[in-house]
Amino acid sequence: MQTSLAKKIAIYLGAALLALVIALPVLWLFIMSISSSTHLTTLPLEWWPDSPTLENYRSLLIYAENTPSQSFLYAIRNSIFIALAATGLSICAAIPAAYSFSRMPGPRRKNLLYAVIAIFMLPPVALVLPLYTVMSALGLLNTHFALIVVYCSILLPFATWLLKSNFDTIPGDLDEAPIIDGANRLQAIWYVILPIARPALGAAVMMSVLLSWDEFFYGLLFTNDIRSKTITVAIADLAAGRVADYGLISAAGILAAVPPVILAFFMQKTLVSGLASGSVKG
Amino acid sequence: MKIKNVLKSAVFGIFAVSGAAHAADVTLNALFMAQAAYSEDDIRNMTADFKAANPGVDVNVELVPYEALHDKIVLSQSANGYDVVLYDVIWPAEFAQYKLLEDVSDRIDEKTREAVLKGAWTTVEYDGKYYGMPWIADTKFLFYNKDMLKKAGFDTPPTTWEELETQAKAIKDKGIVDYPLVWSWSQSEAAICDYTTILSAMGGKFLDADGKPAFNTGGGLKALQYMVGTLDDGVTNPNSREYAEEDVRRVFSSGQAAFALNWGYMYNLANDPAESQVAGNVGIVPAPGAKGISKASAVNGSMGLGIPSKSTHKEEAWKYIQFLTSEKVQNKYARLSLPIWKASYSDPDVIKGQEPFVNAAKTSLAVMAPRPTMAAYQEASAVLQEALQNAMLGTSSPADALDEAAKTISDMQ
Amino acid sequence: MITHRKTVTAWLLLTPMIVMILGVSGYPLIKTIYFSMTGAKLVAPDLTDSWVWFHNYVRALSSANFREAIWHTTYFAVISVGAEVVIGVMVALLLNEVFVGRTLLRAMLILPLALPTVVNAMMWRLIYNPDFGALNALLVQLGMLDAYRSWLGDPATALDMVIIADVWKNFPLVALIALAALQTVPRDLYEAATLDGAGMWNRFWRITLPAIMGPLSVALVLRTIEAFKVFDIIYVMTRGGPASSTKTVSFYVYQEAFAYMRVGSGASYALIVVLISACLIAGYMYLIRKHGEA
Repeated sequence: MQTSLAKKIAIYLGAALLALVIALPVLWLFIMSISSSTHLTTLPLEWWPDSPTLENYRSLLIYAENTPSQSFLYAIRNSIFIALAATGLSICAAIPAAYSFSRMPGPRRKNLLYAVIAIFMLPPVALVLPLYTVMSALGLLNTHFALIVVYCSILLPFATWLLKSNFDTIPGDLDEAPIIDGANRLQAIWYVILPIARPALGAAVMMSVLLSWDEFFYGLLFTNDIRSKTITVAIADLAAGRVADYGLISAAGILAAVPPVILAFFMQKTLVSGLASGSVKG
Repeated sequence: MKIKNVLKSAVFGIFAVSGAAHAADVTLNALFMAQAAYSEDDIRNMTADFKAANPGVDVNVELVPYEALHDKIVLSQSANGYDVVLYDVIWPAEFAQYKLLEDVSDRIDEKTREAVLKGAWTTVEYDGKYYGMPWIADTKFLFYNKDMLKKAGFDTPPTTWEELETQAKAIKDKGIVDYPLVWSWSQSEAAICDYTTILSAMGGKFLDADGKPAFNTGGGLKALQYMVGTLDDGVTNPNSREYAEEDVRRVFSSGQAAFALNWGYMYNLANDPAESQVAGNVGIVPAPGAKGISKASAVNGSMGLGIPSKSTHKEEAWKYIQFLTSEKVQNKYARLSLPIWKASYSDPDVIKGQEPFVNAAKTSLAVMAPRPTMAAYQEASAVLQEALQNAMLGTSSPADALDEAAKTISDMQ
Repeated sequence: MITHRKTVTAWLLLTPMIVMILGVSGYPLIKTIYFSMTGAKLVAPDLTDSWVWFHNYVRALSSANFREAIWHTTYFAVISVGAEVVIGVMVALLLNEVFVGRTLLRAMLILPLALPTVVNAMMWRLIYNPDFGALNALLVQLGMLDAYRSWLGDPATALDMVIIADVWKNFPLVALIALAALQTVPRDLYEAATLDGAGMWNRFWRITLPAIMGPLSVALVLRTIEAFKVFDIIYVMTRGGPASSTKTVSFYVYQEAFAYMRVGSGASYALIVVLISACLIAGYMYLIRKHGEA
């Protein structure tokens, strides 16, 4: 097929526009993060700092007790821990469930599957009040445990659904064979299914980590201080409390975005296939 | 190489925080705000002093924006909450109703009661009981840019609100600055504080003798009409409608305003060359009065420190509160927030280098007007905030906006 | 016999998930329904229960503020998802062409997706800042705007500005899904259509759109459900202001329950939101079933 010159020009113009739209806001955030606050409030606005500085990053990253870096680094730690634990817990429960939905369909289980998906769609406000009162009564507010458990309500249905769609594409006789030879279901899942479904598993893990890292609503309500506050809540607090310290806020934003962005870039293919399998395979 | 070092220490830092629990017998968790008054550094330094003087007691300091402070105090009512909280003058009624704070009346002796400013006590007192110690005695002051006033030919800052508008108009007409006035009028408590200041100057009342809303008549209505008037005349920066206190400070400090209404903390920050481009040019006076009604005006913006009733370390918490509110500590950190102690206002160490601030405070702190005391204050305030915004954005007239708010609030009661 | 054992195994494999879902979703949902018919307060909610039947719902539906919040949320969802779908499809069509730098652009699409929502909100708030924001500076320096203006302080523009921030973050999701679907369309279909003399528009409407309609409609419903929950971007950017013009239902529930401590009526608000979401969820289920599978 011949592409006309006009079409070529249109394509490159469109591509350039798209690249600008995506890159500019983030680039500006980065420029702000290496500028001093006084520089950012001179008018008219200058687009490049005259003396770029890493000061904002330093004050967030170099640990010293009782400084902004303390709450920031603790928040990063809490987020990493909560995201990994919630993901691990959810995936462990999702694998056998997905296998059961995929390999042993029955009318009642099918309805259950729909119920599970519907629960994933529920807005958090529908669940948050009882969860809050229960956690409060048990004295679990402001602990990692509270958020790990609550995040399972988001991750578990999602991971189950994603893995189930993938298991469906694996031929049934592959795992029936060892069972006839006397292995049990768990062994079949472990030795046969999981090695084949590794990409989907990767997608489920990664999406779960991204979802937990991004969560804000429960984090805001269930945490009070450095013992459990997550990175999203720390950023929101920083942005509202130090309204005018644009450089520091930007640096915190950039730093909070680094882990998920790196993760997503490295697992691009997995991410796209994960997104697609939730919709294309329907 | 530099980046590498920063990264290295960050990774180290994350590991360090994982094992950073020291051997303290008691760890207090304290909640403060990261906004006006004492800076984050001040609070952390005071805390470090306290820890040095009290081995065995460790303190975790948590700072949240003012906007989140109330909800955090309410939300943390569990076994895992705070031991010390900073709270605003408008909340004790609600907190007392739900028994959120410890009654500390018997811990405060007569001598202390006498030595602290009267206005400060209203912060922590409700229904004859004390729910903590006052800590921040603060109100809104009028800041002005000396140079701009001089350029416009005024020798003295305004003493009435009318005069403020006249001077602002002159400054605008001479082309000295586009928008001479800047305020914190976003949809938040900050706007209510500005409104209360002007309302009290014009002799308004929030509630009548029966406790029914009365701000939609007399001084209350005049106050909002005045605010909207300054917007219509183009002397108020229109962006004020989305500003909080820190935005006001930033605009004033970058030389884009001749006048600003803000808390006391702005005085030394706007005069600090590292923070401000108008350092050395900043004047401070009490917020103006109104002809024949008042000489100056102020809103009670004080805050206190209390102990949540669920705290399991009440003794240590009280010790910490006593330390933070002590005359010695407050005098040492008097740059951003003036002490609650009467004696401090004649203490040369406190006054030195900030005479204008202390002088203004002497007048202002004596005429502080309260916001209404009611258990449902948060909700009533939200209704009023929306009314102010509607009037300032021109979606309804000041009279209509206030009438509607008054009706909503009296239905709530 | 074998089938009976198989059934037992099937349920056993499901047990961990069922237990967890019941604990963190099932029970809370039932309890929310219970709360919504009481006058429960946040502090000691179980001590302040008083049964009020449907009074909370009556109050919610007769509250002009809540109706307004529903309207804001609907507006937000419809406009932002609509824009995300249109832009997403256009971007997918572009990236389906062959040109230099295509791979790089595809990788770039990941950036907004991976950026945490709170960081995204904060970034745009800084960009929209009326005095020192990049948007005013850029538009004025390019001569497209004659004076600085307030973007988030004006009820006429605030919600639209929040929508722009939301669209920037989420259009790549639609684009990636649409792109995956486009790549399954056989090329010879196009060639046949071209031989029949069909123009570009014609080809798009007759071949491309039907081919990606399935995944696209799923993405559309998913995004709508997400948009209906919107909270964090509002919390960080505007906190519901100016003049409550950006107050959405989630924000409203948050305020009712956690600022005013009325758990009872907060729960009733939440359930009204659930009912609206349920219609959307039903639509999603219908689409999934239609596309076979499951």
